[in-house]
Amino acid sequence: MNLSRNPRIREFKFTLSRIFSNPSAIIGSLLLLFFVTVAVLAPVIAPPKNHRNPYIIPHKGYSSVPKPPNKENIFGTTAGQYDIFYGAVWGTRTAFRIGIIVVAIAFVLGAGMGTVAGYYGGAVDETIMRVVDVFFAIPFLVLTMAIVVAFGRGLDNIIVALTLVVWRRYARVMRAGVLTVRDQEYVQAAKTIGVSDTKIMLRHILPNAVFPVMVIAFMDVGSMVITAAFLSFVGLGAARGYADWGQMVALARNYIVGPADDPLRYWYTIVFPGGCIILFVLAWNLFGDALRDAFDPKMRRR
Amino acid sequence: MGNILEIKNLVVNFYTYEGVVKALNDVSFSVDHGSTFGLVGESGCGKSVTARAIMRIIQEPGRIESGQVILYPETVDGNGSVDLLKQSEAYMEDLRGNQISMIFQEPNAALNPIMSIGDQVAESFLFHQKQILCETILSELSDGQHRPSKAVLMCLKTIYGKAADDGDSFFFKLLGSVPFLRNWDRRLKSVAIRRAVSLIGKLGIPQPERIVNLYPHNLSGGMKQRIVIAIGLASNPLLLIADEATSNLDVTIQAQILELLKILKKDGISSILLITHDLGVVAETCDRVGVMYAGNICEIADVREVFEAPLHPYTRALLKSVPKINQDDRLASIPGNVPNLVNPPSGCRFHPRCMAALPICRHEAPALVNAHGRHLVACHNSSVA
Amino acid sequence: MYSQNKILELRNLKKYYPVYGGVLRRVKNHVKALDGIDLDIYRGECVGVVGESGCGKTTASKAIVRLHTPTAGRILFHRNGRDDGESITDISRLKRGALKRKGIREKLQMVFQDPSTSLNPRMLVKHIITEPLREYTDLSSREMENRVVELLNMVGLSKTHLMRYPHEFSGGQRQRIAVARAIASHPEFLVLDEPTSALDVSVQAQILNLLLSLRDKFNLTYLFVTHHLLVVKYISTRIVVMYLGKIVEMSGTKDLFATPFHPYTFALLSGIPIPGSEQRMKRIVLSGDVPNPLNPPRGCRFHTRCPFAFKQCGDEEPGLEEIAPGHFSACHLKSRSRQKVRDKFGNGM
Ligand SMILES: Nc1ncnc2c1ncn2[C@@H]1O[C@H](COP(=O)(O)OP(=O)(O)OP(=O)(O)O)[C@@H](O)[C@H]1O
Ligand SMILES: Nc1ncnc2c1ncn2[C@@H]1O[C@H](COP(=O)(O)OP(=O)(O)O)[C@@H](O)[C@H]1O
Ligand code: SF4
Ligand code: SF4
Ligand SMILES: [Mg+2]
Ligand SMILES: [Mg+2]
Repeated sequence: MNLSRNPRIREFKFTLSRIFSNPSAIIGSLLLLFFVTVAVLAPVIAPPKNHRNPYIIPHKGYSSVPKPPNKENIFGTTAGQYDIFYGAVWGTRTAFRIGIIVVAIAFVLGAGMGTVAGYYGGAVDETIMRVVDVFFAIPFLVLTMAIVVAFGRGLDNIIVALTLVVWRRYARVMRAGVLTVRDQEYVQAAKTIGVSDTKIMLRHILPNAVFPVMVIAFMDVGSMVITAAFLSFVGLGAARGYADWGQMVALARNYIVGPADDPLRYWYTIVFPGGCIILFVLAWNLFGDALRDAFDPKMRRR
Repeated sequence: MGNILEIKNLVVNFYTYEGVVKALNDVSFSVDHGSTFGLVGESGCGKSVTARAIMRIIQEPGRIESGQVILYPETVDGNGSVDLLKQSEAYMEDLRGNQISMIFQEPNAALNPIMSIGDQVAESFLFHQKQILCETILSELSDGQHRPSKAVLMCLKTIYGKAADDGDSFFFKLLGSVPFLRNWDRRLKSVAIRRAVSLIGKLGIPQPERIVNLYPHNLSGGMKQRIVIAIGLASNPLLLIADEATSNLDVTIQAQILELLKILKKDGISSILLITHDLGVVAETCDRVGVMYAGNICEIADVREVFEAPLHPYTRALLKSVPKINQDDRLASIPGNVPNLVNPPSGCRFHPRCMAALPICRHEAPALVNAHGRHLVACHNSSVA
Repeated sequence: MYSQNKILELRNLKKYYPVYGGVLRRVKNHVKALDGIDLDIYRGECVGVVGESGCGKTTASKAIVRLHTPTAGRILFHRNGRDDGESITDISRLKRGALKRKGIREKLQMVFQDPSTSLNPRMLVKHIITEPLREYTDLSSREMENRVVELLNMVGLSKTHLMRYPHEFSGGQRQRIAVARAIASHPEFLVLDEPTSALDVSVQAQILNLLLSLRDKFNLTYLFVTHHLLVVKYISTRIVVMYLGKIVEMSGTKDLFATPFHPYTFALLSGIPIPGSEQRMKRIVLSGDVPNPLNPPRGCRFHTRCPFAFKQCGDEEPGLEEIAPGHFSACHLKSRSRQKVRDKFGNGM
């Protein structure tokens, strides 16, 4: 069969063309492409010294005074002599790991709960949404601290904490979408045909209600990294010396402002990891924004 | 009878990302003074676009490419014509709702839910007919029915005299912000309300004095639509455009509006351009009918002619495809679908569905010509029965 | 015209929708969308249901195909060719699963008003029509596809339309797809809720003719809901006129148009705008709107708008009575209404 005639592919192409008619999508996806390349090629760009755990940033010496970029450390070193370039490169992998794992788990959980709550309504809805409310009631930091205190410091626990925080929003947005789709005539038509509830949810409800959640999820991949960085910064996140942008910013904490006569002396300690975070967030946001426009039913054809 | 409105070779395109929607392709017709002209056709054939083009309120991404929309304000002696497409936006703003009023499908969208019915109709009077209202007051003042003191009378006469000249001048804006004097137009408002009551009564709504104090949600769909019509008529327009004004209403409510339209016609209150897809509505209310198909006018004739001796194959097929009250045999349906206007058929846009199509129809679009009397038709083969 | 075998009986069918209010969202009141409907439907006939918006037509349709559970009353489904005790089933309270197990689900199908919302925009035509086939047959995918093509042909579409999305079709074509889906499970009874209201005039005739030929071909029974009187006259063998959740008049199509009894029916018939210069009766313009179904008028529900209302009408609700053979009307005037119409409006009906 001629591929270009397959309607699914045609539809996909149409969606792609809608997405990429938006300049922010082009910028966003170029940035993403860049980060993906860096993450994939990390062992080539910055060959690991510690072969058992490449995420440990190599450091020569223990001096707490950062060194400016030089031949050996092209981005310089930060406090503790950790190599900034190595950290930035391997930090890309960490960023993707945090963002994608958190969002993926939260998406499945939230969208699933939201769909069930919205579709069945009544007592099921009440129960699920009260659970969501409970989660909303716990302040984020308190929740994270509780988890970190209980399970110890580390990225994995941060991922758990973030997931618990994020899914509740997906559940709410998903439920709202399902409520509008649920009363559409094609759902009623499926009921008169005798299709089971599970199949109705999977076949008719999800595909028509999931896009708003997907857009938020895309944007969240970026913001997860910011939140994780914040947690690292306040000391709840990755261990010292781990290739994580947030942790690197945390290391640079004392050098953000240099001595009085040269306040910008240690710029490289903050600009490289910080810049990575900002660009990463920007990439996902731009892309998510373009998706929103492309999926907007009012902007799609009739 | 002269024309009140004449549309010549109107072309409107919409530049969508799917391509150029050729919504109106050389549309020409004219509306006689004091008559009701019906524009019928199926959905998407360009009826609403025509109405919007007349008012110059085509939405993005639409554009009026060419043509003329000529309004004849002084129809009686036939001179004085304005090409609306050549006028400034300011001129059009003044004209909309003033010389041409438009009524849409949904009465709820046209009414302000938190303003009383009387105020809404009165506002339209105040907005469009201040001068006449002022003159009414002046004549009442000189009638001497009310007896304010001489000085007050003088003041009032001056003020209303001035307002009659130019009610929107800076002086009145100033006056409107001075305490105590702010209510100078109280009399004006009460006259406007009186006018509203009499207009609403004229439109066949019982107890207009009571109705004016109600709010839109107190009224039924049919009453609301009648109030919308009243607001449209308050400016004493040359032309009233009703776009599917009865289509969303129930049969019994629609009956109320149809009766009203007949009254308007009988009393010669206004010329009406009635847009609808319902042939029955046209048959009952219109004098002349234009049938549209896919952005073209295919036939224009007096209403009896259209129903009794239609010339265009589309008109004939359309008439055969609606169930009649004495329908006994199968309906004759028109094969195929209404074409997509991004890629309209070449030549006559009806040719893929036409029973009488000739080879020429495929590449040459027929022109709208006078067949006989005032019966215009655009077809290469209109003589075939 | 049609057999004397019943397929469906509605007995005192009611549907009240709760109206919530107040801070606690307590049930404050009920919309009496359907307030006691009795109707027998025979195999092979087409019952037209007419009435103004909000009179309960859609509610009745959805109750029959069990998209909701009626508040009270029974819906008796008569199985074909069964004379034992199993032949009549009350489906009004059956759960969706039970309905399917008893093999009734596939027999009762529905076509919705707006084909642009009744087809899932993200499914291909092929999958839309396969959906019922998957539920009720175990065909291989090849046989399934052949069957889909066969169904498409039946409704006047072709194989080339198989792999397309609904938005790639015109309204009329979409409604054809919806019809194909509805007949895929070999139903005996089709509820058609305003199937042509969203369509163009020229396409409406196509769909009506399609429905008529399918009915002949598969011996289907239709409940055809519409507010368009001429359409219902064209397609139906019997007509039910509803007003505010009640049946006010019911008779064979010809009788209803030739000799209506209920004043509301008179008003409806006289309100039809008629194309052409056919002879029409003088229009009876009703004042006001349909009353709010939250608190329908006491007595005869039509008395607030009825031009002939008298004292008894406000106090006592008229029952549906057989005034002529097979012709029922719910009005205290009974057959005297005709004389009244003639006296007041001079209509020579
Ligand atoms: N889900 C619902 N909740 C509350 N009230 C409802 C609901 N569905 C319908 N109603 C009410 O029940 C009444 C009957 O509605 P129904 O949809 O059956 O009308 P209808 O005759 O089909 O009208 P239309 O011609 O507009 O389709 C109306 O007053 C309506 O507002
Ligand atoms: N805002 C718009 N953007 C794009 N196309 C439009 C727009 N408005 C109308 N059209 C197109 O113009 C044609 C005529 O539309 P319209 O006049 O609204 O039809 P109708 O006769 O039903 O009133 C249709 O093909 C329609 O799709
Ligand atoms: S011009 Fe030709 S195709 Fe068009 S309506 Fe006339 S006969 Fe038919
Ligand atoms: S019972 Fe009375 S109010 Fe009702 S329809 Fe008959 S005459 Fe009219
Ligand atoms: Mg329109
Ligand atoms: Mg309905």
